[in-house]
Parts: sequence; structure tokens; C-alpha cells
Amino acid sequence: MLIKLNVNQVEKTVDVAPDTPLLWVLRDVLNYTGTKFGCGIGVCGACTVIIGGRAVRSCRTTVSSVGNDAITTIEGLSPDGQHPLQMAWEAVDVPQCGYCQAGQIMAAAALLGHTPHPTDTEIDTAMSGNICRCGTYPRIREAIHQAAGAGPALTAGTAARGE
Amino acid sequence: MQVNRRSFLQLTALAGGGLALNFYGLPSASGQGPGKPPDLTPQAFIHIGPDGVTTIMARASESGQGMRNMLPMLIAEELDVDWKDVRVKQAELNEKVYGSQYSGGSSNTPQGWEPMRRVGAAGRQLLITAAAQTWGVPETECTTQPGKVLHSGSGRSAGYGELADKAAALPAPALDSVKLKDPKDYRIIGKSQPGVDTHAIVTGKPLFGIDMALPGMLYASVEKAPVFAGKVKSANTDQIKALPGVRHVLVIEGGITPAALTPWEPGMEPGIAIVADTWWHAQEARKKLKVDWDLGPAAMQSSEGFRKRAGELLIAPPATTVRKYGDVDAALKSSAKVVEATYEYPFISHVTMEPQGATAHWKDGKLEMWSSSTLPGNGRELVAKTLGIQPSDITTHMVRSGGSFGRRLQNDYLVEAAWIAKQIDAPVKLLWSREDDIGHDGLRPAGTVGLKAGLDAQGKLTAWRHHFVSFGDDKHLASGGGIAGDSFPASFPPAYALYTSAQPLMLRTGALRAPGDNAYCWVAQSFLDEVAAAAGRDPLAFQLELLGNKKAPWTSGEHDAVGDHEPTGPSVLIPERFKGVLELVAEKSGWGNWKKQPGRGLGIAAWFCHLGYFAEVADVSVDANNKVKVNHVWAAGDVGSQIINPRAAESMGFGGVVEGMSHLAQEITLVDGKIQQSNFHNHPIIRMRQVPPIEVFWLKTDYSPTGLGEPTLPPILPAICNAIFAATGKRVRTLPLQKSGFSWV
Repeated sequence: MLIKLNVNQVEKTVDVAPDTPLLWVLRDVLNYTGTKFGCGIGVCGACTVIIGGRAVRSCRTTVSSVGNDAITTIEGLSPDGQHPLQMAWEAVDVPQCGYCQAGQIMAAAALLGHTPHPTDTEIDTAMSGNICRCGTYPRIREAIHQAAGAGPALTAGTAARGE
Repeated sequence: MQVNRRSFLQLTALAGGGLALNFYGLPSASGQGPGKPPDLTPQAFIHIGPDGVTTIMARASESGQGMRNMLPMLIAEELDVDWKDVRVKQAELNEKVYGSQYSGGSSNTPQGWEPMRRVGAAGRQLLITAAAQTWGVPETECTTQPGKVLHSGSGRSAGYGELADKAAALPAPALDSVKLKDPKDYRIIGKSQPGVDTHAIVTGKPLFGIDMALPGMLYASVEKAPVFAGKVKSANTDQIKALPGVRHVLVIEGGITPAALTPWEPGMEPGIAIVADTWWHAQEARKKLKVDWDLGPAAMQSSEGFRKRAGELLIAPPATTVRKYGDVDAALKSSAKVVEATYEYPFISHVTMEPQGATAHWKDGKLEMWSSSTLPGNGRELVAKTLGIQPSDITTHMVRSGGSFGRRLQNDYLVEAAWIAKQIDAPVKLLWSREDDIGHDGLRPAGTVGLKAGLDAQGKLTAWRHHFVSFGDDKHLASGGGIAGDSFPASFPPAYALYTSAQPLMLRTGALRAPGDNAYCWVAQSFLDEVAAAAGRDPLAFQLELLGNKKAPWTSGEHDAVGDHEPTGPSVLIPERFKGVLELVAEKSGWGNWKKQPGRGLGIAAWFCHLGYFAEVADVSVDANNKVKVNHVWAAGDVGSQIINPRAAESMGFGGVVEGMSHLAQEITLVDGKIQQSNFHNHPIIRMRQVPPIEVFWLKTDYSPTGLGEPTLPPILPAICNAIFAATGKRVRTLPLQKSGFSWV
């Protein structure tokens, strides 16, 4: 079945069964592999994307249920990797293994979308659907505060990078 | 995989915690067998472009411990380049060129510290030689600043980029001949350098094993029996082949024979591989599979049965004496007070956030693999043996993984992907579901420990006797669950005995972060707290006093499951370091000034494993419904003279504490051989709202730097349980917490 999607402000048409989870359309059909698979039952948050301003678990969202709503994945959060959350994540050096971080950042982006200056409690509540197996939670909190303007100036961009 | 005695010891060392001495002293644990380590050359690790951009090869696998930073930082420091001019590239598997490439046992720091710095210094020396030859001046008159060679007399200078071609063609100096920097001159080491992959991570670039994409690639999902190693009798494979997107349906015979002790790498589990044009199609097809399984003997196993048998073994004469000195029974008999308890902990699963998987491509009799194994040399050996090909016919690309925690030291998913690739003659990406991942993990083995300790009339420890009941055969304990004869408090009580007994287990087990220690530290440090309380003593003062005892010498005998292994070198517990971290964490947490409060308590614990010393204090509140909230954690670590990458090191501290908190509420149980847990809802990971502020402090000592992957974890479990006791008077002797009547808030 042909289904139209608006992913990162680009119109896409995919030919998949309507009950296919959005996650697998993003990853295996559209090659947006930044969104990760963790549990398949909507309890870990690794697959979080933003649909219509809300953090949504793409592993439990059928592709046909999205309709015309705009989908934002980690690849589309900013054109240049300079979203305040991405810069804060780099400056704070949040990731360990890094696998859950796209989902964490998307959940945080949805939070800042409606609560620009969250308290620790508001962060804990908004982020409670996202698991980090490595234990980066203290750093995630720090980075969200920093992106919200509460932290010191950002210094990302001068570090060595992997190839 | 057949392992010789030497490599078995190495694997046991990986798996058995305190047996680290067999591990750190040897060049390789990656299946190459014993032998001289390869001669490392700067040319293999360092590539400098004409523009001065310096590419440094990261030799070890990366699964989140920061190895892609740490090892290249050591090279860059001594090479004398600016870190911002460095590009880090993951090396392919080639241990003849790079030396050992595994990541396990917190070994990359102790094993890389000296050689990697020497590689960098040798590279710097080559550049100096190239400059001196170009200018016709003595090398001794040349020096470097980051990225360039200077000649003091003439004021000439040349960028590394200008000298690189000439330097690369020179013979490399012997690594032991080069001079290393004075640590006070470090520009990179000791400064926080953000993860080299962090930008790719936060922008969602393809990076992990699961992100691999190849032209014409197919996707595989494998249905396995609900019990370990169950075989396929028959299945509706023809029907499945006709489903949308399905290209191949393959019955995997497998190569596992269930036995009392499942070896480290037992081989492929039987099952049915479905290969389709998308992973989702493969998954959908799996739902329609109808398989008649031959479940085999593993279906007879259950947690209830294990528990019953453990109870019988606990009171029977022990099968094995691991270590014994003094007359422990006589000492207990003559003690003023005897404290006795049984501690029980469950199987738990690794649950890496990225489920297991790999990509493989078979073409013209050769295999190319994209592997996130942390023991990649063993992976290649296992694949070669299973497929009946030569290791030299395999190319292994080492891909970042979404977490390992010991899981990816095993190569079962890798051999599965390789086997499927060989059948279908196309590139294929295998991915396990979370249910596959938990249902077919190499679990952290469960254990039951019966303990007795004696106190004299002054409240001093007189004897310590424990009987550790776990799984295995009469000679070996299951992988990932041993106790070494030198594990604390061994050597410190005046009389001591460690006995083991084992029951059969037809299930894969394996190393999970701080193997052995992640469970045994909880037992020993909880019981020590219990003994201190029975003596009416402050647990910190009691432990410091015990550490002040003269250590009992090691005597030859059967000291662990594989023979007599006297700890040597840095594997020997140094009481001053153990005391040092205890005293530091006590100071930072305000241990001595704590005012007793109803429903709230402080707990303390410390441990030495994987060459590192950690002490941790937890401040815990317990409400009327026995809901446990951790308010604050202080951690103090001694891993030697230098913290190489401070923020990454602190991350390892956070990681150990947070993971340990997860362990406290996790368990894997079996009914009719079938694992009852399936996903994060019933094998939970702690969540952000449950995680307290954590402070990590370093005690710098004169010892050579050691690793942080593992030693940060063990003390948090007993620290929290001891705090629960301080808050409530109730002792947690059975994990998970729920089985002792507590749960997380």
C-alpha cells in the first residue's frame, strides 16, 4: 500500500503494509537509521521521534496512523547538528555507548518544546520513558538544563572526531 | 571452540573476576594462543596527511567505555600533536599488527598505557629523525611542539605533515628505546576529551552494528526453541517461504550438546532463520511459524529445582576447597559469638540496549563480517571452525556496539550471521529481537552462599567460613560466576575457608560487568556489615580494623576451579589502597557526622577487582511501604597515578552505580527450562527519576593506571543494602530486592 509521510520536512511515499511500525519504515525503507530499536513494545524509548510536537514511540506507531502529521527524527532535529540539545549533548559529553541517545534527545526536544525551562522533576517525568542502560542519566539532566539556558556557555566543535 | 589450557585460563580470567592475574600478565586473550606479543610500529597506528591531520588507529572495540578516545589519546600525547588535529579511525581486526584488540576485564588501560604511549613516542622520534636528516643537524638538537619539529640552533621548523612521508619510510625505533614524557608535561592525558563519536551519535549518523547497510542486503531473524539448545523436529517452512518479502527459510541444526557445564563458546544454537527483504517482514513471518521442537534435557530445569538443589548442597559437605587457612571450624567453635546467614542472588541478563546482531557477506569463498564483538579474535576463530574455512579467509570490520557489559565477549550472534550469509550468498544483517536477546543470553549465573563468621569477646573477627553453591560440573564453575581464592576478605580473617559446590546447568552463562565480583561483593560486603552490627561496631571502623590485620600468606593448593593461581603483581590486594578509598568516601559523604534518622540510613561498601579499588556510600530512604529511594551516592576510586580522560572516567563511575542499581531489581527465572522474562517490563533498567545525584572522587596513588569498566560497579549493591539495613533494621539477604520485601520508589 502506498503511504505518504512527511519526514524531516520532506514528502516521502513508501509502499509497505499499513500496520508496519513507523520505526522499521524509517530505518529499513527510508534509511533514517538514527532512530533505534530497543524493545519493540514501547517501554525503552530508543525509537522516540517527534510527531506533531509530541514524543512518540515509533516502534508502536503504525505507519498508516501518522497521516499528514510532520515526523521529526534525530536526523531532522537541526540542519547542521547545532540544535541547542545537540550542542549541549556534545559539550557535556553525555553518551557512553550512545545507542539510546537519539531517543533521549528527541524526548528532551519534545519537553523543551512545551517547557523551555524545566525543573529536575519535570525532566525526570518527561524522560521517564527513556532507558539508558549505561547510566548517562546525570549527564542527560545536565545537558537538558544547559540547552535550556541554565548552564555555562557551550564549547562544542573543537574536539577530535572519529572517522 | 576447543580451547587449550592457557586460553581457557584467559577466558576464565575474563569470566571469573578475581582470577585477573592470569589475564593481565598475558599478551592476548583473543584466541591466538600464548606467545610473544607482536612488535607494534608507529606506522601501523599513525597516519599523518600532508596537511598535518593525524589519523590514529583505535585498536580496541568500542561499546561505550571510551576506548576509541583513551587509547588514541595515549598515542597523541607522546606523538605531540593537538587533539583537535587528530582523527580517530577504528582498526580492522589484525592482531598481528595491532596487538590485542579485545575489550574485556577492564584491561585496555593497564595493557595499553605503556605500549600505546611508546607507539606515540616512537612516531615522534621518527618525525624528529626525518627533520634532522632533512636539515643535516643532530637529532639531539631537535625538539617538538604540537604538530611540528623545531631545531633550536637554526630556528627552523617543519610541520609533521611535511615530514610524514619521509618519517614513514624510516625504520621504526625499538619501542623500549624511546623516551616518554614527564606526566607534568601532558597536554592531552588528564584533560577531558569528548567522545570522538559523540557528534555522530547526537546527529543520528549510521554508527552501530544495527546501522550497517550494504547493496542488496537482506535481513535475518532467527526463531529458537523456548529452551536452551532445543532442536527443530519439523516446521511449516514451505508456508513461511511464500509470505511477503521472505527469501529464505533455513533450518539451523546447531552445534550444541546440552551438558552439566556449558562451555564459554558452545557454538550455534539450533533454530530457524528467516531471511527477508526487510527485518519487519522476517519478524512478521516468524509469527506464522509453527515448529515442533525437540526440547531436550534443558526443559527439565526450573528455578524451583535449582533452589531446592542449592539448599541440599548448602548443608552437604562441600565439593571443593578453594582456599583454606587456619582451623576455621575450631575458631568458630571457640568464638564468643557466631554470625550465620545465607545470601542468594539470581541469574540476570545483559540486556545491552542494542540487541545482538551482526552483518556478514559471503562471496567467492571468503567472508566479510561487520562485528561488534568485544572478543573479535575469538569470534573469527569460532566462525572459521563452524563454517569450515580458514581464519585468513575472514575479514572482520570492528563496529561500535550499543553496549556490551560482557555480552559481546561471546560470539554466538556473529557465528549465526556468518552461517546464514554462507547459505544465501548475499549480504545479510542479522538482528535479534529483545525477546531473543533475553531468552538466549549468556546469563550472569545465580548463586547461594552460606556464611559463618566468629567474633571474640572484644568484637574482633576470628574466622570467616563460606560455602558458595553455584552451577557447573565437579571441576569448573559456570562462566562468569566464580570466586577467586583471594577475593576480599580472604587473607584478612585469622582463619578462613572458601568452599564451593555446584549443580548442573544446561544454559549459557558468561561474564557480565565485573563478573563474579558483581555478585560476590554484594555477599561479602553485606555479610561484613552484618558481622560488624553483631559486634556492635561501626561498619567502617570494623572493616578498616580488619584491613589492618597481617595478611595470611598464599599457600599452594587447589585455590580455584582451574588450579593454583597465586595472585601476583597488581592483582594482589593492597590493604592501604583499599583503606584509602574507604577513608576518602567516608570523608566526602560525611560518614562520621551522620545523624541517625528514622527511615533513612547510610551504607558503605568497598571492593577490589580488575585492578581497581572502589568504595561507595549510599544515602537511602525507605518509606512505610518499603519503597526504597536512593538520595545520594558518593564513590571514591583508586585506579593509580593518572585519570586519562576525566569526564569519561566519571561516566564510568556513574555507569557502575546506575547499573548496580538496575541489578538490584533484576532476575531471570526458569519454568520447564523456559526463561520467564522477555523484555524491559519484567527485566527492568533503572530510570532517570530513580537515579540520585552521584559524586565520583579519585584517590591518586603511585601505581600504574588501570581500568574503569568494571571496578566501579560492585560496591553499590551492598552499599545500598547496608543503607536499607541502617534505615530499617532489615537485612537484604535475597536478591532481587522484591524477594526481600523492598522495591524501588
